[in-house]
Amino acid sequence: MNPLPLVAVAGNPNAGKSALFNALTGARQKVGNYPGVTVERHVGRATLADGAPVEFVDLPGAYGLDPSSPDEAVTRDVLLGKQKGERLPQALLIVVDASNLDNHLRFALQLIDLGLPTVIALNMIDLAKRDGLELDAGKLEQELGVPVVETVAVRKRGLDEVMARLNELLLQPRKIRAGEGPTHDLLTLQRRAREIAVGAIVRETPVRRITHRLDGVLLHPIAGPIILAVVMFLMFQAVFSWSAIPADALEAATLDLGAAIGNALPPGAIRSLIVDGVFAGVGAVIVFLPQILILFAFILVLESTGYMVRAAFIMDRLMSHAGLSGRAFIPLLSSFACAVPGIMATRTIDDPKDRLTTILVAPLMTCSARLPVYTLIIAAFIPAVTVGPGIGLQGLILFGLYIAGIVSALLAAIVLSKTAVKGGGGAFMMELPKYQLPRLKDVLIGLWQRAMIFLKRAGTIILGTTIVLWALASFPQAGPGQKQSDVSIAGHIADGIHTVVAPIGFNKDISLALLPAMAAREVAVAAIGTVYSLDATSDQGVQTLEQRLAGRWSLATALAFLVWFVFAPQCISTIAVTRRETNGWKWPMFMVGYLFVLAYIAAGATYWTAVAFGLG
Amino acid sequence: MTGPIIPLDQLKLGTRARIAAIDWDSLGDAEANRLKQFGFDEGVTIEPLHLGPFGKDPLAVKVGRMTVAIRKAQARAVKVSTEGV
Repeated sequence: MNPLPLVAVAGNPNAGKSALFNALTGARQKVGNYPGVTVERHVGRATLADGAPVEFVDLPGAYGLDPSSPDEAVTRDVLLGKQKGERLPQALLIVVDASNLDNHLRFALQLIDLGLPTVIALNMIDLAKRDGLELDAGKLEQELGVPVVETVAVRKRGLDEVMARLNELLLQPRKIRAGEGPTHDLLTLQRRAREIAVGAIVRETPVRRITHRLDGVLLHPIAGPIILAVVMFLMFQAVFSWSAIPADALEAATLDLGAAIGNALPPGAIRSLIVDGVFAGVGAVIVFLPQILILFAFILVLESTGYMVRAAFIMDRLMSHAGLSGRAFIPLLSSFACAVPGIMATRTIDDPKDRLTTILVAPLMTCSARLPVYTLIIAAFIPAVTVGPGIGLQGLILFGLYIAGIVSALLAAIVLSKTAVKGGGGAFMMELPKYQLPRLKDVLIGLWQRAMIFLKRAGTIILGTTIVLWALASFPQAGPGQKQSDVSIAGHIADGIHTVVAPIGFNKDISLALLPAMAAREVAVAAIGTVYSLDATSDQGVQTLEQRLAGRWSLATALAFLVWFVFAPQCISTIAVTRRETNGWKWPMFMVGYLFVLAYIAAGATYWTAVAFGLG
Repeated sequence: MTGPIIPLDQLKLGTRARIAAIDWDSLGDAEANRLKQFGFDEGVTIEPLHLGPFGKDPLAVKVGRMTVAIRKAQARAVKVSTEGV
């Protein structure tokens, strides 16, 4: 079968390219990855005026054919027919922002020079009018030598004409030239673009632009940071608290369903596999969905309104001290709720090195899954005394653990950006686009794609490892009088772990909890609970888990355990999503390695110090 | 062009000026390339609009029809003149 004719959609960032792509293809889209890079490939189908199907590929926004990011390199390579995993497009749809012609026409001139059959969409023509700019599309068409169509992607204006023009071009048999691209000097092209733009402007009435006025407030030196804090607080609340209700309900429903199916099966290994392996795994995956959807709803809206870049602008200076850019702020903040959506959110960072550094330090932000571990240990070992007016020691320790996470994330970022991830941008150069109202359809398409990417790529790894962990804990099965945790493979692994972690004060019970806690940190609490409730005699039965722990662990051990959880990458989901976002096992393995080493050293230092002070 | 020529990061917010010269050699290749792509060029009008609230960095400038954010370190390479704007 011959592949469908391919039309590449190209243009500057903020030209409304993806909105036009969404309007042309609707929900008939697929998201993949270009081989070997972390750049997403968006393709969608549409029907030409004569009824023939055509495929569109939405190329990453670029400022030119001389790439300064992997995204821009993909755009260039696809257009030159050199990109692995993509055929050479038969035609080109260039999207330019009508109110920013001087700039967007430069890239358009470069693209036209490629010699592909080309249509130009003069997009957001309505916003140009709003800004008092009147343009002559016919004049532009004359100057550029290719069809120019006025469009308003978000209102579906001009779409039929775009399709009709593309149809004409695709029907004309012509040899496609895959050239080396133009060799013009950037500044020469820019001057030519400005001339054409000036020639196409019929009238320009100076009006005070909405964007200018909004920036006066949102980037105000005092009001700006306050508004950002309010927006971030809302977002954080939403991801942290609002998501808990649907997440818990989804997880409970999955487990109930598993139990119901399990009850219908005879007891044994199969039933255990279904209930404790498969359904527990599905539950572990699905529990992340509400967080991911809520966070990305915020991110997509902030991004499409134009506020996201402003947030990065406000935070850039502070983040630069850690060798990061302002773009890293929102992913890191989100990681306080959960590193999984936080790491997925790093794709808003353009610079690949900055992005990688952000991914690598994101697990150090104290996520919500650590909270149950922290609260249990603090309640058991730290006396509820006050150390100052209104300051409890327990709260102070909890606060300290959060601060330890933040400080070590910043330090790790400084070190990483100078070593393993050297050569990161160090610059912050971004366009501040016009403010626009978000469009529900574009947000929904984006949400759907995020959810699918997570379920397919990370979800399968999480499910798989949960089943493996189940198998390790379930086989071989314990005989009468034996404890499952002693005979199982997991038990033997725990013996091995114990040899390694004994020097930092961890006992056998902790070693047993560490392996299942890889599925999710909070599982450590349940695992410890199981160990102690199994061993409890009847007169101890009324004791709470805290009381039991307090009698068994030394304070030094408890403190070391807390510090361990600040650093240890005890989360398969984080590792899985890092693999997906960095497109390979190299960086997740590096992340796991450096975090475990940090955890071991920090927990050890805590234990040995505490023992030296007589708390052992 | 006559009159005082000053680096962009010393231009008062809200003052329109014209780019007199750009010291391309003081910028990295990627930075220089990006500035060109943003439309930085001699003769283009430029107006600093906002400063980052913490440490007065980065800088938001209007260049031509576009508003872009750059750090002061890069802004220093752009020399501007308010003469005849």
